Order: sequence, then structure tokens, then C-alpha cells
Amino acid sequence: MILSNQDQVKHATKVLEETPVVRWLLIGIALIFMTMFLILPLVLVFTYAFRDGVAVYIAAIMDFDSLSAIRLTLLTASIAVPVNTLFGVSAAWAIAKFDFKGKNLLITLVDLPFAISPIVAGTIFILLFGARGWFAPILVAWDLQIIFTPIAIVLVTLFGTMPFVLRELIPLMQAQGTQEEQAALTLGANGFQTFFRITLPNIKWGLIYGIILCNARAMGEFGSIYVISGRIRGETNTVPLHIEVLYNDYMLSAAFAMASLLAMLALVTLAVKSIVEWKVAYNIRNALDEIKS
Amino acid sequence: MGLSLLYVTLLLLVPLGGLILAASKMSISEFWEKGIADIRVLAAYRLSFGASFAGASINAVFGFIVAWVLVRYTFPGKRYIDALVDLPFALPTAVSGIALTTLYAKNGWVGKWFDLFGIQIAYSWAGIVLALTLIGLPFVVRTVQPALEELEAEMEEAAASLGASRWQTFRRVIFPTVLPALLTGFTLAFARALGEYGSIIFIAGNMPGKTEIAPLLVVIRLEQYDYAGATAISVVLLLVAFLMLFTINGMQWWSRRHEN
Repeated sequence: MILSNQDQVKHATKVLEETPVVRWLLIGIALIFMTMFLILPLVLVFTYAFRDGVAVYIAAIMDFDSLSAIRLTLLTASIAVPVNTLFGVSAAWAIAKFDFKGKNLLITLVDLPFAISPIVAGTIFILLFGARGWFAPILVAWDLQIIFTPIAIVLVTLFGTMPFVLRELIPLMQAQGTQEEQAALTLGANGFQTFFRITLPNIKWGLIYGIILCNARAMGEFGSIYVISGRIRGETNTVPLHIEVLYNDYMLSAAFAMASLLAMLALVTLAVKSIVEWKVAYNIRNALDEIKS
Repeated sequence: MGLSLLYVTLLLLVPLGGLILAASKMSISEFWEKGIADIRVLAAYRLSFGASFAGASINAVFGFIVAWVLVRYTFPGKRYIDALVDLPFALPTAVSGIALTTLYAKNGWVGKWFDLFGIQIAYSWAGIVLALTLIGLPFVVRTVQPALEELEAEMEEAAASLGASRWQTFRRVIFPTVLPALLTGFTLAFARALGEYGSIIFIAGNMPGKTEIAPLLVVIRLEQYDYAGATAISVVLLLVAFLMLFTINGMQWWSRRHEN
């Protein structure tokens, strides 16, 4: 096909975009897909939570078993999140700033909790600490019980949330290199000063996002806790497990009331993520403007 | 650094070693019988792999459209839709499980319309696929999005000025360029779906041999105190997870090479 110059320009501008019909069709398909899978379930959680009124909602949450589930979930997250944040920051620091043997293996290994089924993770801990597990003789000798106690819940949550902070930080720290830290060190700053004055401000936003994602996962963990907690009401049931109990007892409003707490947590997580992304984009724009002027 | 390695060793390597050790105590024939060649186990694998594949395929098609729409078009509420894509990362699976089940059950908001045509979604194969689609949704969108953003306008302009129609440009220029990212997203969604438990048990109906996924069978074996059976299936699932990890790493390497 040979086109005149003018025709060529006309054709080119026309075919660089889809026709409005195609465009709105695609937008429509995307919106329907998102509605069916994400928006409707979310709306349903809050509608069912409040369908018997606010009094029932509050009563469902103030129930003894519910409160104990909330307490256990908060306790678990308050241990798992700081520990894995500390681990994430120090491991990302080691991976990004130093070269050592087995570095790639370490990076692949810490991704495993993402890839392994939570059920397999729970099974592994049963095999270690269960009545016939590897450590059973020691546990019996010392009269210790791990499986079916909050200790096991904290352990599998630590396992499942291990990679979140680390994964966010590795690319950030690698991109920043070590120049700024080396400059600080040559100017006489010590290791701690360098970390808190240089490294931490640089990774702040990625760190915040990693921590809230880690927290969302810690509070929502289901499969592995289902296996190792023994599901004792009021004792070893976390919020997600308590939701399952209520749902199976046909206490729909109560189940969705508890679910709405976790759904709100998810929405807050998404909001923080959006703010962090907006902040990062804003910082980049500012930096670009500075370079230009 | 030393502490980090110690932590990984204690929390990751020792437990994994325990599982491998437990499996190695079994004879090969016992492992084969309990972990693979059992009718109920085989049916569970078939269901897990089939439904995960179906869910990842749905995501590959619709996730691509969502990514395309978010990168290329403007429409009201776009920022909220974009933020909402990550919801399955943040929403606990138990919550999405009971919400989807209630939504798509016979008397649910959406399920009742399908029921008019005699189609049952919750407590069937379709329900499992639905739940697996939900949890895999962000993977495809979030891997395809940056690939679409990085596409150079010059390539499309060149194709258009050479007389290609929009569809030809898409098929011959755009699609092949983002294909590695799409395949990576598909594999991530597939891998995530294989291990999923929380959202499935609510919507599946959990009928042995019919709607019983492999992770559920592990739980059932544990509840029967059949530790050997649970170990055998767990090891199979663990090996598949390893395989998926290496595939994903390989694909990311391939797509980086593809870019250059």
C-alpha cells in the first residue's frame, strides 16, 4: 500500500489510538471484571456486617471469643512484624552493600515462604514440634508444648511474613549503591550515624510499605495457623480462624463483622501504599525539577 | 549479616530439612502410594493444577485488559481502580473466601442470576476457579503494567506509518514485546493458586475426589494422624513450588535478555 504524504500522517494519527468504541468496550470489560472479583465482595462484607444493625455488629465484636481472637492476632503481629522488619533491613543491607558467598542462594531461599503453600508450612512445623515430631523428645523432657499454643502461631507467622520487608528493600538499596554511605564514613560518621542519617531516610518509603504489607499478611494468615493452632475457641483462634468458626456456625452477621475489621485493615494498607507511591513520584519530580533549574 | 543467616537457617532451613528428612524415612513405594498413586490424591492434584491453570488463564486475558486500560486510557475513578488491584495482596484469604461464597451462592447477589440458568458456581469447580482468579489477579496486572509503560511510542508510530492497522500493530509489535511479562505474571498467578487454601475451602464444597484440592487433602491426612500421607503430599507440593520458583527466575532472566 503506497500512501501520499498527507494520507500517511492522517493514517498514522488514526491508527495510534483505538476507536472510541473499542476504548470504551475495553474499559467496560475491565470495570466489570474488577467489580465481579473485587468491588462486589468488598461491598458485600460491609453490607452483611451491618445488615442486623450497628448494635449486633458491636455485640459480635465485643463477644468474649472475638475479643480473645483480636488480642491473639494483635499479639502475633506485634512480634512477627518487628522481628521480620529487623531481619529485612539487616539482610537487605547485607545483600545490597556487601558481596559474600551464597548471596544468590539467600535471595532465592527467602522467597520460599511466598511459593510454599501455607498448608505445607504448617505441616512442616507439625513434623518438627508435633507429638511424634523431631523435637518431641526434647519437648517432653522439658515439659514444653508448642503445637496448639500461641508460640506455634507466632512461629508460622514469622515464617510466612519473612520476605515482605526484605523484598521491598533489596531493589531500593541496590539502586542507591554505597557512595553516600562511604562519603559519610570518610567524613568521620560511625556506622550507626551512617545508618540513621543516610541509609534510613533513603529507604523510608519502601520500608513503610514493606512493614504494612507484612502486617496485613501477619494479621490475615490462615492456612498455616489452621494446621498448627488446634483451633481452640477463645485460646488459639486468631481473627481469620474465628471468622471460619462463626461462618460454619451460620452466624453470618458475626462472621462478616469480624471480616469487616480485616477488610478495613486491607483498605488502610492500600491507602498507605497509594500515599507512599505518590510521595515517591513527588520526590522524583522534585529532584528532576532541581536538576533542570 | 551473621544474625540474618542464622535466622534464615533456624526458621527456614531447619524446618525444610525436617520435612525432607521425614520423607526420606519413607520407602519409595510407600511415598509413591501415599503421595502420588492414590485415586483421591490424583484427583486432588488434577483439580489443583486444572483450576489453577484456568484461574491464571482468566487473569492473563482480563488482567492484560485491566493493565492496558490503566496504562493507556483515562476514565473517572481510574486511580481508585488502580489502587484496588492490590486488594488480594492485602485482604486475608478467609475474608475473600466467605465474601465470594456468599456472593456466588445460589441465593447470593450474583449467584441467583446464574441459578436462573441452572448454573451453579459456589460449591463447584467454577467456584474454585473464581477464588483462584481473585487471588492471582494482581500478579498479571502488576507485571504487565510496567512493560506496557516502557513501550516506546516510536515503535508503534513506525508500524503505523508503514501502513499497519491498529490491530496489526498490536498483534505484531505490542503483544510480542509484552509477552515475556505476561507469561511471568501468568506463572506467578499459577504458582500462588497451587498453594491457596483459605479462600478455597469455603467455596469448594470439599467433596472427596470432586472438589477437594491438594492442600485440603494434607489437612485431612493430618487430622487422621496419617503423618506419612501428609508428608508425602507436602513434599510433592514443595517440589512443585521449587520448580515454579526456578521457572519464574528463569523467565525474569529471559525477559531481561529479551529487552536488550
